[in-house]
Amino acid sequence: MAGAMLDGALAAARERPGESTRRGGTGLARTLGVKIGSAVVTLAFVLVFNFFLFRVLPADPARNLAHGGTLTAAQMAAINRTFGIGLPLPQQFWNYVVQTVQGNLGRSFQNQLPVSQLIGQAVWPTVLLVGSSTVLSTVIGVWMGIRAGWRRGSRFDKISTGVNNTLYAMPDFWLGMVLLIVFASHWAIFPASGMSSSVGGGTGLAGVGDVLWHLTLPCIVLTLVYLAEYSLVMRSSLIDELGNDYLQTARAKGLRDALVRRQHAVPNALLPSITLIMLNLGFVISGAITTETVFSWPGLGLLTYHALNYPDYPVLEGAFLLFSAAVIGANLIADLLLTVLDPRVRQA
Amino acid sequence: MSTQVETTQQPPVTPVRSGKRIAWDRRRRALARFWQQYRKDRNGMIGLAILVLMIAVALAAPLLASSRGLNPIYATATPNAGPSWHYPLGTDGDGRSVLTELIWGSRISLLIGLSATLLSMVIGALIGIVAGHFGKLIGNLLMRFTDWFLVIPFLPLAIVLATTLGKSLGVIIVVIGITSWPGTARIIRAQALAVETRPYLERARALGAGHWHQMTKHVLPNVMPLLLANTILTVAGTILAETTLSFLGLGDPTRASWGQMLNEGFSTGGMLAGNQLWLIAPGVAVIAVVMAFTMVGHALEAILDPKLRER
Repeated sequence: MAGAMLDGALAAARERPGESTRRGGTGLARTLGVKIGSAVVTLAFVLVFNFFLFRVLPADPARNLAHGGTLTAAQMAAINRTFGIGLPLPQQFWNYVVQTVQGNLGRSFQNQLPVSQLIGQAVWPTVLLVGSSTVLSTVIGVWMGIRAGWRRGSRFDKISTGVNNTLYAMPDFWLGMVLLIVFASHWAIFPASGMSSSVGGGTGLAGVGDVLWHLTLPCIVLTLVYLAEYSLVMRSSLIDELGNDYLQTARAKGLRDALVRRQHAVPNALLPSITLIMLNLGFVISGAITTETVFSWPGLGLLTYHALNYPDYPVLEGAFLLFSAAVIGANLIADLLLTVLDPRVRQA
Repeated sequence: MSTQVETTQQPPVTPVRSGKRIAWDRRRRALARFWQQYRKDRNGMIGLAILVLMIAVALAAPLLASSRGLNPIYATATPNAGPSWHYPLGTDGDGRSVLTELIWGSRISLLIGLSATLLSMVIGALIGIVAGHFGKLIGNLLMRFTDWFLVIPFLPLAIVLATTLGKSLGVIIVVIGITSWPGTARIIRAQALAVETRPYLERARALGAGHWHQMTKHVLPNVMPLLLANTILTVAGTILAETTLSFLGLGDPTRASWGQMLNEGFSTGGMLAGNQLWLIAPGVAVIAVVMAFTMVGHALEAILDPKLRER
């Protein structure tokens, strides 16, 4: 979503293999151990950060959470119970860590349901939306990037780069609203909101079809917005490879152009893209928050939107924790994937 | 460097050309050369033209449209009506002119975008340069910290910060500023590390220059061009971030930005029926500004890094 952030992430992605080489471990097991360890440390950082953000930063947390004291005494007591206010700080922190590890994230201010239950219900719609759009945007984006980068300056390159730059500058929710007006309001081809037509959803094949029908528009929005990014990155990393000697060697051997591209250039150019796609999951989640809001898709994004308007702190806190954990997990997977795929990292 | 400056401070013996004058001449020539190169970049020029136009509109807002038009109390037109002679872009749900809102919104959007970028640049440059200068322990710790921030998903973090801190212009600026610096810190550190190995820094150290002097007089000027290009690219991101946060209802309701317009159009449901320009116009404005900043940023980058020029 943010251009400079993308550049930073890309720099991080490019630096990563070299960094591991410099550190000089002894074999695959050690490299993996270091990576898993650092992911755990990052997760711990998020936990501490979360704790400070909601309980320590405000001078009077309960009053601050109430935003001017519109809460009843019962709700006040609920806040104090949830946050353990009044105990010494280390004690509060310990309680918080134990509760979080046990999966107890408190109760929602809005409907008194456990946050873990609310999040549990909302996870799958988001996984479906983010998963399907990530797969689509990756496949289409990488394909476009390869095609544009290999024939740089061609008509395809010019058109796709122009389109991608425009898509990249577009707020995802705005694209969502435009599609909503055109395809749901004006022509009424697709449903405007929700995940299924009937309450509780249909059964069997018809039910699956119904969900897919509702999924189409939000999935198109996220796919379009993120394919732009992947395509631009893939294009530039392929162009980075173009001048290299090994391509000349491959051509000198008499390999066909398509073979040189498929077997030699693309595998090397893919490495930064893989890291970026995984690092990018954080931004896809951001996109999911606004896109789910526009289409009332009952996932974590919509949950967050309703929570932030209330404001429902336990839900926000839980969602933030889960989003962060998901991104850290995705990063770890990217790191491990690179370790397996890239011999330079593996033999470090 | 410092000895040079001292000699120029003394009154020059021959009043023909002082050292300061020579330095200024050199800078002017470098700038002219830079402009020569920049002019050749067609996208960069288009972006620059859009930016100049937008900034002119933002500065001239009181001349173009009365700020009274922003107050719903004075709105007399039919709410949510299509374009007409008096209201070229139609009216919003309160009967205010969309064009007036768009013009005044450009001020808030650009102000937040630029201020948040400034904050993010200061943090990013500081951490990047310090991390590059104090190598091993401090550098690694700072980069660890940066990596943590890079991994925390931006929007959830910004939402959490904005809801705990309240809704105001200042909060939005701070929230965006402190969530968008890690990329800059990484890029600046990489450049600072390269600068640190240059002989002139060894010379400065040999002459007894302190850390502060080395960082501000030698490293900073050398990472400055890159920082500038990165700043311009970051503005694109911060404006998008502002639009997103305001759309979610975390902006200052009394200072309407483009994102705030989109929020009102969406949350009142008015955009689905009636005046669709109410929704289209702010979106197009955001896209134009974000693309313009991106194009200018890439044009600057291409001049600074010849390797990128072929793209």
